[in-house]
Amino acid sequence: MERIPILKIGNLLLVSIQVDLQDRTVITLEEDLAEKIVATGARGVVIDITALDIVDSFTGRMLATIASISRVLDAETVVVGMRPAVAITLVELGLSLEGIKTALDVERGMRLLSARA
Amino acid sequence: MAAEVFGNVVERCRAEEEELLGRWKEIVAESLRGRMTGVELDKELRDLLDALLSALAAGGGTDPGAEAYGEVRALLGELSRNRAHQGFSPRETAVAVFALKRALRDRIGDEPGFTPLTDLIDELGLITFEVYTRAREEVISNQAEQLLELATPVVKLWHGVVALPLVGTLDSARAQVVMEKLLQTLVDTGSEHAIIDITGVPAVDTQVAQHLLKTVVAARLMGADCIISGIRPQIAQTIVALGIEFGDIATKSTLADALMLAISRSGVDFGAEMAKRGL
Amino acid sequence: MTAQELPIAGDADVVRVRQLVRTAAVAARLSLVDQTKLVTAASELARNTLTHGGGGSATVEQVSSTIKAGVRVVFHDKGPGIPDIALALTDGYTSANGMGLGLGGAKRLVDTFDIVSSPGEGTTVTVVKWAR
Repeated sequence: MERIPILKIGNLLLVSIQVDLQDRTVITLEEDLAEKIVATGARGVVIDITALDIVDSFTGRMLATIASISRVLDAETVVVGMRPAVAITLVELGLSLEGIKTALDVERGMRLLSARA
Repeated sequence: MAAEVFGNVVERCRAEEEELLGRWKEIVAESLRGRMTGVELDKELRDLLDALLSALAAGGGTDPGAEAYGEVRALLGELSRNRAHQGFSPRETAVAVFALKRALRDRIGDEPGFTPLTDLIDELGLITFEVYTRAREEVISNQAEQLLELATPVVKLWHGVVALPLVGTLDSARAQVVMEKLLQTLVDTGSEHAIIDITGVPAVDTQVAQHLLKTVVAARLMGADCIISGIRPQIAQTIVALGIEFGDIATKSTLADALMLAISRSGVDFGAEMAKRGL
Repeated sequence: MTAQELPIAGDADVVRVRQLVRTAAVAARLSLVDQTKLVTAASELARNTLTHGGGGSATVEQVSSTIKAGVRVVFHDKGPGIPDIALALTDGYTSANGMGLGLGGAKRLVDTFDIVSSPGEGTTVTVVKWAR
C-alpha cells in the first residue's frame, strides 16, 4: 500500500493526493497527519485533490474527519482542487462537507490559511 | 419450402439482372432528381439486389427478420441512414426499395413467385422507414445538444468574477448542462466568484430550483462562491411556496448588486481598482 | 465488450472495480459527469459488498438500447442479506462503515437501481447508467 507524503511548507502542511485511494490509504493518512501536525506545530493543512477523479462517501467522510481532528489540534484544513464532476457527484450523493474550507487551487488555499495564521 | 413460394424468381432475376437493375435505377434516379450521382446509386442498388437474390437463393423465406437477410438489412440500414443524414425525405428514401417492385413487375410480372416477393419487399421497405426515423431522431437530438451549448454563455465580468445570464425556460436537462459549464469555467479561468442571473427566466419549478441550489453547493465544494441574482417576485413566491430552502445562499435583486457583492468579497478596493484602470 | 467479472475480496479490489467501470463508461461514451457518478456509485456498492456481504463479485457490462448506450454493473454477495431494504435505502441509515449514504446515495447517482436480497442468502444490486 502506498503512503501519501506530507510536506511541510513554513507553518503549513501540504498533502497532494496523486494515487487512486484505497480505504486503508485514507485511514493511514488521517493518522499520519494528526501526528505530523503535533510534531511540527503546523497551523494549517492544505489537501490537494486535483488528481482525484472520484470522491466517494468514505473518502468524503475522511476529509471531514481530518478537518475536525486538525481543528482540535489548532490547525485549519483547506481542501483544494476538487474537479467539477466530483463536486456535482458529491452533492448528488448528499455530501456537502459542511465545515470544510475549500479553495480552487493550492496557491489560493495557502493564501486563505496564511491570512488566518 | 421457402424456395417453392418464390418459384423461379431468383433464376429469372439473375438472367435479367442488368435489365432489372437498369429499370430500377431509372425509377429511383427520377425521384431523386440528380441529387445522387449515377455511380453511387448504381453501387447501392447493385449490392442490394445481389444481397437480396443471394438471400432468396439461400432459402431465406418470407420473413425479412430471418438470418439469411442479415446483409440485406445491413445494406438497407446504411442506405436509410445515409439518406437521413443527407436530408432526403422519407419518400425519397423509401422509393429506393419500393421502386424495385415496379421494376420487377415490368420484367417478371408474370412469374408466380412475384406476389410473395413484393410482400417481402414491402416488409423491407418498412425497415428503411424505421432506420430512417431513428437516424433523424439522432440528428435532432444532436442539434438540441448543440443548441443547449449555444444558449448558455458564461461571461467574465471582472477579474475573478464570472456570470451566467440565463434566458428562457430552464428545464432539468438544460439546468444540468448550465451547471456543468459554469463549474468548468470556474476552474478554467481560476475565478472564485460566480453569479447566476435568472432575470430572463420566466418561471422555476422545484427541479430547477434544486439544480440551482446544487450548483451553488458544488461551487462551494470547489472553493468558489456563488450568488444568484435577478430573482423576480413571482419566482421568490414560488420558491417559498415550494418550501425550497435557500439557506445562506447569497441572493441579489439585480446583476449589478451581485457584481458589487462579488467584488467586495474578493477584497478588492473598488475605487482604487477603477482609478487604476482609468475608469 | 463482453461482461467482465471481478472478485471483491479486499480494499484493492474496490479500486480495481472502479477502474474497470471507468473504462466501460468511457467506451459507452458517457459524459464526464455521468462517468464520475457511475464510478462513485460503483465504489459505494463495491464497499458495501465487501463490508456487509463479506466479499463477493462485480460484473461490468456494456449495454445498449435502440439509440442509447450504457453500462450495467451487478454486485453480488452471499452475505447475511438486508432484512429491510426500504430502511437501508434511507439517507442517514447508519451501517458498519459508512455515512449512511451508501445505498441511497448510489441509487441517486444511476439511472436504474435494482436490489434483491434475502436474509441468509445474500444480496444482488444491479445498476445501469445510460449515456445522455
